[in-house]
Amino acid sequence: MSRHGDFAASLRLEANKQLPMGQPLQAAMAPPHVTIALDQGSGSSACPVVARGDRVYAGSTLGRSEREDCAAVHSPVAGVVVEIDTRAVPAGTGLCITVENDGSNRPDPALAPIPDYSALSPRDLLERFRNAGIAGLGGAAFPTATKLGSARQQTTAHLILNGAECEPWICCDDALMREKAADILYGARAMMHVAGANRCTVAIEDDKPEALQAIQAALKSAPEGFELATLPSLYPSGAERQLITALTGQEVPSSGLPTDLGIVCQNVGTAAAIARFLQTGEPLVRRVVTVTGSGIAQPANLEAYIGSPITSLIERCGGYRGRPRRLIEGGSMMGRALESDTVPITKATNCIFAATDADLVARDQAAACIRCGDCAQACPAGLLPQELHRAARVDDGPKLDSLGIEDCILCGCCDYVCPSRIPLTEQFRAARLAVRRHRADQLRAAEAKQRFERHESRLQAQAEAERRAFEEARRRARANPN
Amino acid sequence: MRFDTSPAPHVVSGRSVGSVMRQVLLALLPVAVAHLAVFGPGLLLQLAIACPAALASEALALRLRGQVPGPALRDGSVLVTAALFALCLPPALPWWLTAFGAAFGVLVGKHLYGGLGNNPFNPAMVGYAMLLVSFPVEMTHWPLPLMTDGQQWSALAALTTQTVVGGMGDILPAWDGYTGATSLDALRTGLRQRFTMSEVFSQPAFGVLGGTGLEWLNAAALLGGVFLLATRTIRWHIPCSMLLSVAGLAMLSHAFDPGGYAGVTFHLFSGATMLGAFFIATDPVSAATSDRGRLVYGAGIGALTWAIRAWGGYPDGVAFAVLLMNLTAPLIDRYTVPRIYGHPTD
Repeated sequence: MSRHGDFAASLRLEANKQLPMGQPLQAAMAPPHVTIALDQGSGSSACPVVARGDRVYAGSTLGRSEREDCAAVHSPVAGVVVEIDTRAVPAGTGLCITVENDGSNRPDPALAPIPDYSALSPRDLLERFRNAGIAGLGGAAFPTATKLGSARQQTTAHLILNGAECEPWICCDDALMREKAADILYGARAMMHVAGANRCTVAIEDDKPEALQAIQAALKSAPEGFELATLPSLYPSGAERQLITALTGQEVPSSGLPTDLGIVCQNVGTAAAIARFLQTGEPLVRRVVTVTGSGIAQPANLEAYIGSPITSLIERCGGYRGRPRRLIEGGSMMGRALESDTVPITKATNCIFAATDADLVARDQAAACIRCGDCAQACPAGLLPQELHRAARVDDGPKLDSLGIEDCILCGCCDYVCPSRIPLTEQFRAARLAVRRHRADQLRAAEAKQRFERHESRLQAQAEAERRAFEEARRRARANPN
Repeated sequence: MRFDTSPAPHVVSGRSVGSVMRQVLLALLPVAVAHLAVFGPGLLLQLAIACPAALASEALALRLRGQVPGPALRDGSVLVTAALFALCLPPALPWWLTAFGAAFGVLVGKHLYGGLGNNPFNPAMVGYAMLLVSFPVEMTHWPLPLMTDGQQWSALAALTTQTVVGGMGDILPAWDGYTGATSLDALRTGLRQRFTMSEVFSQPAFGVLGGTGLEWLNAAALLGGVFLLATRTIRWHIPCSMLLSVAGLAMLSHAFDPGGYAGVTFHLFSGATMLGAFFIATDPVSAATSDRGRLVYGAGIGALTWAIRAWGGYPDGVAFAVLLMNLTAPLIDRYTVPRIYGHPTD
């Protein structure tokens, strides 16, 4: 086991992970209705391949996409498609397919396990991962096949399994590693086969001794090339780029990807999902979710079907305790506050955090920035948030760009330490959108200008040709008056 | 069920502008105690005038700018400005000058540029410098440092109160026994009159480390500064680079010409060196913002402080050095942007 130092800047935060860990991981339970969002959180929507009234099995494909950034979606239950409509999802609203569960739980007959993945070519296996809707379960829900595919194209030797789980309150990966260590390593081997990697590092923060132990035990029977790395419990050590730097000392180029360093990062939950798919043929229709917070009667880690309404998860944890003030998808640093608990969970939902006032820190009214620079000390991307803030206030796009707004990972560290309580992360998120929109506008304007100029010069050339022809005709007419 | 929404992160650290300012005020306590012991009770009077004047100016400015004055007054930043300003003043400065200087610092030095966070200059130093150039006699009228004599202390108290309330005009002769040149002043006058360094240093204005009495103030400011560093209220870059730059220049010049330039400990423990390094130059609003920038900024203040003391027209140079470096802070910021993660080293 190797220990690794910390990266540029980080915060030591209160973990708040002990509540759900008292309970064992609970097995999945199917609710009477599931609502599958066609955009599972990657920002790109699949196209429905079923119609209202269709009968589907557990594991039947509901939607798929040709796009690189979109994974297929499947029905976790057998039943009837009752509605395809736009609904509230954690990320806002989006097109969803609602399936009424008939309780039979009959699996799709087309599904079959893959007993020996190494008999399949990496290309074939990638296609199967794509069709099985395997996506990053760390919170981004980016299609795993795309990530592994680009890793395969560049020579990628090193797979990093991310079990750091640095964000407060979230402990679904911890629970998974304790109970499914062998599955995780099996999935990792399949990913190494696909990416062509020969090395695998499992990275876990040192506040998870039981998970470390479980992985260590499972590693005894692992082939060569596997190692376990312990990280100090610092936020955001689980952020992909920061994790890579902590483990290898190398930095991922700003506009590049980890594959530029010959590295591909995958969440431990994704590895477990791949193992389940290979062993049972089941596509990605369930994940582990932490349900926690002082507003939950019995906090626990649950296996839950994608598309289950959040209320069904809360019920399985004994309902609310008191009246939680905020319902958060994710942890306290990057989690999204939800308006309602009726929205369905997605592949990106790692945690449901029902926070009471005791879990939150009330924010005072934001005061003026005093340029103390605490934010720059805390920024893991090495940015100057105080300067970004200044540029964002006056919408100075070029300045935002040169200060590295695109390098911001929205981790919230600057916000956390700001003595003036300025909502920096939210400001940077908006500023980045504005900068991107502005850049797209400029590009479009430049293209339009080019088109216009080409058109003008065509017209001019045409007029010139006509004039010349006319002159020519006149000259000829003058020369031969007859 | 419906819930409140709010952008992430959902927790924040306990540090706030108010808590930072309270730490600074706390760290100023030893300096204030030393000041009272060395220069008599004048500081209390100056504080009693400067604080209300600064608070009232802040409230007025915020009202005029259409803002609610409450939160800004409570965050303590104005009190820090007023306290630093009062600590820099001669203890027997007539009250109208103190009030005028404090108001000038807050209104012109701070609010004309957009208030807290936007002022390019340190407001306390703006007020101080304005008074120093406009009222040089009053502003260089320092009582002789005294340390222990209780009787003298009460006599000085009476005289100080009289001057603060009524002005200096009629009672100037009464001050004769109590005033004297400060060590930095004595040094420049002495050297100008072709006295040797050892003759100059045998005057009563010179103590063991720096100026008599002032060495205690500097030691107290150092103590407060260490407290600020230990509580992470300020970071080390500005004070360390400023002190190193003063010390380095003093050491070099003293080594080359021991008769013409005072040594390291004298410069570190005279005038406002320590107060400047830990409390004035560290004002983040008007300082450079990155670590590297702050090193440059601090070094610049140190160099200018030393240069003004050695060659300039004023005995102490901290205030002008700070103001001059305030001018350069945007330029320093421009050239000291740290490397971003994943960007090439250049």
